[in-house]
Amino acid sequence: MTVPAIELKGISKAFGPVQANKDISISVAPGTIHGIIGENGAGKSTLMSILYGFYKANKGEIWIKGTKTDIPDSQAAIASGIGMVFQHFKLVENFTVLENIVLGAEDGGLLAPSLSKARKELKDLEEEYELFVDPDKRIDEIGVGMQQRVEILKALYRKAEILILDEPTGVLTPAEADQLFRILDRLRAEGKTIIVITHKLREIMENTDTVSVMRRGQMTATVKTNETSPEELAELMVGRKVLLQVDKVPAQPGKPILEVENLRVFDSAGVERVKGIDLNVRAGEILGIAGVAGNGQSELLEVLGGMRPGQGTIRLNGAPLALSGAGSDGQARRAQHIAHVPEDRQREGLIMDFHAWENVAFGYHRDPAYQRGIFMDNAALRADTEAKIEKFDVRPPDAWLAAKSFSGGNQQKIVVAREIERNPDLLLVGQPTRGVDIGAIEFIHKQIVALRDQGKAILLVSVELEEIFSLSDRIAVMFDGHVMGERLPHETDEKELGLLMAGVAGEAA
Amino acid sequence: MEKMPKWADVVLIPLISLLLATILSALVILAIGENPIEAVNLMVTGALGSTYGWGYTLYYATNFMFTGLAVAVAFHARMFNIGGEGQAMLGGLGVAIVCLYVPWPHWSIALLAACAASMIFGAAWAAIPAYLQAKRGSHIVITTIMFNFIAAALLNYMLVNVMRPQGSQDPATARFPEAVHLPTFQSMFSTAENIVFRGAPANISFFVAILACFVVWALIWRTRLGYELRAYGHSETGAVYAGISPVRITIIAMLISGALAGLMATNNVMGEAERLVLNSTEGAGFIGIAVALMGRSHPFGVFLAAILFGFLYQGGAELALWTSIPRELIVVIQALVILFTGALDNMVRMPLEKLFLSLRKEAE
Repeated sequence: MTVPAIELKGISKAFGPVQANKDISISVAPGTIHGIIGENGAGKSTLMSILYGFYKANKGEIWIKGTKTDIPDSQAAIASGIGMVFQHFKLVENFTVLENIVLGAEDGGLLAPSLSKARKELKDLEEEYELFVDPDKRIDEIGVGMQQRVEILKALYRKAEILILDEPTGVLTPAEADQLFRILDRLRAEGKTIIVITHKLREIMENTDTVSVMRRGQMTATVKTNETSPEELAELMVGRKVLLQVDKVPAQPGKPILEVENLRVFDSAGVERVKGIDLNVRAGEILGIAGVAGNGQSELLEVLGGMRPGQGTIRLNGAPLALSGAGSDGQARRAQHIAHVPEDRQREGLIMDFHAWENVAFGYHRDPAYQRGIFMDNAALRADTEAKIEKFDVRPPDAWLAAKSFSGGNQQKIVVAREIERNPDLLLVGQPTRGVDIGAIEFIHKQIVALRDQGKAILLVSVELEEIFSLSDRIAVMFDGHVMGERLPHETDEKELGLLMAGVAGEAA
Repeated sequence: MEKMPKWADVVLIPLISLLLATILSALVILAIGENPIEAVNLMVTGALGSTYGWGYTLYYATNFMFTGLAVAVAFHARMFNIGGEGQAMLGGLGVAIVCLYVPWPHWSIALLAACAASMIFGAAWAAIPAYLQAKRGSHIVITTIMFNFIAAALLNYMLVNVMRPQGSQDPATARFPEAVHLPTFQSMFSTAENIVFRGAPANISFFVAILACFVVWALIWRTRLGYELRAYGHSETGAVYAGISPVRITIIAMLISGALAGLMATNNVMGEAERLVLNSTEGAGFIGIAVALMGRSHPFGVFLAAILFGFLYQGGAELALWTSIPRELIVVIQALVILFTGALDNMVRMPLEKLFLSLRKEAE
């Protein structure tokens, strides 16, 4: 047995009463890709922050290449050969690739010698690992996939032997994700050790050598990837059997509920984000909008939800909706029976400091049922909340708890309960399961399908292709403000959608 | 999970802050060679030791309640209204106009009219910065502070050129007629044998302030408008999602805030001076910020904090009167209290939160 590249022994970390990591031990062999998988809040990020010197563990030891090592800060982590690629890149947008790579690792006060030295080394690195980027392009001129390569190069430039990637495919198209894993393969072949943190089972299954599962701050298992299955991993993550596929009967689409014609949306800076799209959603069907984040899907939802003005025509049940000015706000939309589960529940869907019972009225707080004379009928609100908490199994079942004190999944259940229980004609759903644990995902998906089966129209926007595939009855792909095409889920695959998401046009649908 | 019990948040933190401010003040008094214990003694007896002292303490507290509530309402909509001073000055103008130019049969009707006028004038003065913030994005902090200067200049002009009685050298209006004089605590609570609050300025508008506390509480936590105001204050994007218009809420919150600041004039102009003088507000608009901070923007907290600051004002005046502690040092002491209770809140809060967390952990 070779000496492990990195070994953790009994790492524990508590934030106040919250035990984020509890007696965690792993050992990663050199030249392997090791996956760490777990739900949100399982403690993955805390563990990596300890490895990178952001947090200090309360207990436990870190051994690197057989030597016990202290990592008090990120400088020490870099010195011991650890490189980190964060979920949100830490790049200076208006610097060039080369400048970003040198940043923080300059020799001496003058920039020019460092830059020319870096340029040479970068060339060697690129050739060694087949990691090609143009060193003179500015970060804001290159795509997300390229930016991630710059992050990897930054780590390699600092002589990283152990590379940690936190949710590396969150912002990538499927094709870009494939490229990333090819790069990681190559790095492994050159003897680097790689740790990938993710919540996507498929990536783990396809790309790692070993995988560790975390649940509630504890390491529940470490297994060889080729000796396990997605079902087993999911069960280890959640602690019970999980349905990975949504059970649903074929859709029975009825008359069109929502018709969108030539919709254009401009953002506050005047940039056109939606460039004349046509869509329709019929009663009893789920239209899934796939696409990489930032291609106009958010703006589409915001216009439909009354959060932003637009141009063009939108009809609901045949009647045109106001797209700007009076009658185009969220209140008007709700009056027209459009419910909206927004993409960002923390900034939009909930007021985090409000009690659960205040949030259950949010957006519907002008409903006469919640008023008593000039005052709000808080007792009625609380009764309503108790009922929704029970029906949607919100935990803990406490109407007085502030929204921020619930887990992501339970926060989302509150939002979904509020919107679905309004029995809308059209339900807008944005990223319904972002940051939501697997158990709650299953529940939320079931609720959405149940609403569809009642003959309601549902517009789903998600960046998770798995979610799009498992929920949608029809899929539209958006890229750069256009609808690139529409597909039926059983007639397409991730590869074809991936191409559409990257802007490569297929035959017209 | 809440980091610590509510009582610690609402009671313990202000008390500790206050204690720290007191200790530091004591050191300062010690440093200039005076006896801090004697000084505290003097402040307490001067402000709270007699009905006369209470009459002043509560008079000041009334001012601070109005301005504190004004700041608190704006805070709930996440706006920092520094313009309480100017809004209260304009409120004074409204009161003066109502009292001087309308013949009132009885003070009670005059008080109602004065309340309305001061609220309208204060709200109008807040309306312009509110509009600029809502529609043009001009920051409310900048505009309200500038409007304080404009208010002072406007008042100066009005008093010198328009409202000053013929032949008077004093930049002030004429005295209000006898009929609009408000009952003071002395006339309200004295009996033939026992005269209390003798000569002190506290008057019936103290009860208007208490009523305002109740109304603000009900508005913020019991009405739809209050719900929308708080929602907007916590998250603007959330408000847009819920169909709450940021423009509308910004303007309404500032109108209410300005009206509350304006209401202060029923106390200082109508109740005490009984005429409008230059600089009648004496900085109460700014003290309102500290009062709202210390009271955690809750009307009951504002009520308590206003009485504390009333005590500091009256006690400070006594100190200046009876010791050689200079007037400026009293301002320093008041500033220390503001600093510790308002600005340095986190200095006490964070260690206390840690303490409560570790206590809870041990209990588990």
